[in-house]
Amino acid sequence: MAAPAYEELLVAVGRHRDRAAFAELFAHFAPRLKTYLTRIGSGGEMVEEVVQEAMLMVWRRAETFDPAQASASTWIFTIARNKRIDALRRVRRPEIDPEDPALVPDAPKPADEAMAESQRDAAIKRVLKTLPEEQAALLRQAYFEDKSHSTIAAESDLPLGTVKSRIRLALAKLRQGLERELT
Amino acid sequence: MAHHPSDEYLMDYAAGSASHSVDLLVATHLALCPECRDKVAAYEHLGGALLDSASPSAIAPDALSAMMARLDEPMPSEQTPASDSPRFDARTLHMIPEPLRSHLAGNLDDLKWSSLTRGIDQIELKVGLKGEKTRFYRIRGGQSVPQHTHAGNELTLVLAGSFSDSTGRYARGDVAIADGDLDHQPVADLGEDCYCLAVTDAPLRLTGPVGRFLNLFMRY
Repeated sequence: MAAPAYEELLVAVGRHRDRAAFAELFAHFAPRLKTYLTRIGSGGEMVEEVVQEAMLMVWRRAETFDPAQASASTWIFTIARNKRIDALRRVRRPEIDPEDPALVPDAPKPADEAMAESQRDAAIKRVLKTLPEEQAALLRQAYFEDKSHSTIAAESDLPLGTVKSRIRLALAKLRQGLERELT
Repeated sequence: MAHHPSDEYLMDYAAGSASHSVDLLVATHLALCPECRDKVAAYEHLGGALLDSASPSAIAPDALSAMMARLDEPMPSEQTPASDSPRFDARTLHMIPEPLRSHLAGNLDDLKWSSLTRGIDQIELKVGLKGEKTRFYRIRGGQSVPQHTHAGNELTLVLAGSFSDSTGRYARGDVAIADGDLDHQPVADLGEDCYCLAVTDAPLRLTGPVGRFLNLFMRY
């Protein structure tokens, strides 16, 4: 298998400040982050800026990455999502504080369940690839375009009900695929 | 906990498309609700998979060298909520989780409450865009809130005490969601004062998110 394990690269950055590993991560994720940020409408110059800020945060925070919790792409997605919001609002996005005395902690998870997190991510990716293009495109719109279903309907010149049922169909298909992959 | 934010709000939070005030309310609920944290994590996994499957865009040829040159920049000092907010007393600390706590100017008893009507005090928090309303309420036990409807969707998160209306009873951590059609009269239950955070969606954002239909995804 030729695909590089991005999780291993992230761990190398976190543990050894490994610049070559970081450059590989940048080569894979920066062009995809640019697609994400362009689609969601961050606007022109801000896109490149947010890509850089997000990847800089990846470099700085890599030691907090836990491959048992999430895949590299999920971890990087959440960093870029927050960076974009911070840039738009000019203030820190509200997030929970894990050290908070008022926080209700997670129940301890069995080790094998934690292992499943990254496997689940891989399964979602595989199933996404098997969806018909029209359905995958609808899911991308939900995440990447910050649009209400009525906006999508107006733009695609379709009745709202049609858009709704197509999204439903895409999700049902995704779920069926996941059930096959994970059971 | 009986009442959670509906999945559309959790997905919006995960996708990063919720308004600022809704973000604040949902994040504060998440601090109290491991179950919804798991759901948000699942929606984030979908976001990660979509990112990884996105077709790459061309980036500037010098982007990598510009990036590598920045790696040694000094880190800006991280401002944690705790370092720039007042020191809170034990009651405030244990009743009000982050990120809401940092939005309060001090301890619960020292806040500049303004009286809405007898037995109901409020503070308007400055969060988000014009049109988003973010209010923190203190309602005496047994007091009823005047009957009202909503211009938009209103989400109410209970931090202490409890209240009841025609849709049910809401206690610590519960989120009540009222849309424009609900004409209701909440009553704080007898006993402890009820503290809650209420946010109203900005009028411009009232059209529902696509996320509503991603609910099905949560069944895996």
